[in-house]
Amino acid sequence: MRAFDPDLLPVVALTLRVTVSALVIAAVVGIPAGVWLGLARFPGKRVLTALVYTGMALPPVVVGLLTYMLLSRSGPLAFLEWLFTPNAMILAQTVMALPLVAGLVMGAVASVPHDLVLQVRSLGATPWQVRWTILREVRVAVLFALLVAFGRIVSEVGAAYMVGGNIQGYTRVLSTAVMMETGKGDFGVALALGGWLMVLALTVNLAAMRLQGRLA
Amino acid sequence: MSDQPAYRLENLAVAVGSRVVLDLPAFEVVHGEVLCLVGPPGSGKSTLLRILAGLDSPNAGVAWLRGQRFDRKAPATLKRTVTLMFQRPLLLTGTVRSNVGYGLRLRGVSDWRAKAMTMLERVHLKHLADRPATAVSGGEAQLVALARALAFGPEVLLLDEPTNNLDPARVALVEEVVLADHQERGTTVVWATHNHFQARRVGDRVALLLEGKVIETAPATEFFECPCDLRTAAFVQGKMVY
Repeated sequence: MRAFDPDLLPVVALTLRVTVSALVIAAVVGIPAGVWLGLARFPGKRVLTALVYTGMALPPVVVGLLTYMLLSRSGPLAFLEWLFTPNAMILAQTVMALPLVAGLVMGAVASVPHDLVLQVRSLGATPWQVRWTILREVRVAVLFALLVAFGRIVSEVGAAYMVGGNIQGYTRVLSTAVMMETGKGDFGVALALGGWLMVLALTVNLAAMRLQGRLA
Repeated sequence: MSDQPAYRLENLAVAVGSRVVLDLPAFEVVHGEVLCLVGPPGSGKSTLLRILAGLDSPNAGVAWLRGQRFDRKAPATLKRTVTLMFQRPLLLTGTVRSNVGYGLRLRGVSDWRAKAMTMLERVHLKHLADRPATAVSGGEAQLVALARALAFGPEVLLLDEPTNNLDPARVALVEEVVLADHQERGTTVVWATHNHFQARRVGDRVALLLEGKVIETAPATEFFECPCDLRTAAFVQGKMVY
């Protein structure tokens, strides 16, 4: 594979598809979960908070191993037949992104002054309206959480390799391609592929900065 | 003002850890009155206001609003008739107008923009309508918070020392706007202040709180001119050191 090889296009496309799919799932589940955790008071909240924060630092190889075990022939999710497919990669990356999104949103919501939450309630907001209002108050932090999660999963290689298998034309993404080319000693191509990854990250960050300007 | 109680509190107690911060065997707020809560900082005024706002539930006792049990679990329709304005403005991000219209939007009022402008006119801040709420001064923010509290027409307005950090002209404006709303709509107002001059100006009745207990409640004239309790007399004469 060359840095500007036509074969590269499906790799970039799959990288985007896997990353964006995992990020969307993590956002849909993680943002409401983070808002709820940040506002709710219940027994065991400290334990749950500690678990979410621990999940933010989950090693990718451990996520890869656990996802592999879940999806392997003897695993409980074997019937899905996802192992060595893009769906397996999306699942593994979602597991990594979800605690990051939920944890960062939870931290942002918890930092909102409690009196502001009370003021919103006192103005007549229902519990759902309170959550929506507070989410709007921390929207820049939510964007930051999504950026951090994007950065983590787009460059992740361990889990993607373990459950995707780096199959050319099917599950090869930019990060696993970089690893493979480095292993082959083709550092020029590896560097060029790394450059593509950097371009992706830069594009997303620039778009996010524009959005942040509008949100602030 | 009618003699019907808006609020009735029975054997109400609030504790923080082992410390009792509010202890009210019996307490009433008359429908349509302006009741001033006076007392030094830490006397329980804010705690009482949060109970009256339905934001906190007491550790013991019951609060009733217009005959219905009132606490954190009270029906939303009942809670939406009451609002509390805090000492700090606590504005949301967005424009001044969107802040004033917030309570109206929560209630699905479609012409919230026009109503918000009417309220802003009342507090002399119409010219700031499109400015970000973060870009107004502290005094202006407090007036925006007052406009926001009144915009949706609450039946009960609870004020937690709303004029603490305002200059005299704005203190007068806040008092004028609140009393005008009270007279127009018959709003029940519970106004916490540690300024007894203010309590004398605005209150129909005044209650002195000390260490979580109501020492004396009386019509304003009586409270200031012939207080029954020595501690009330000390407070009125400015001899209470705190």
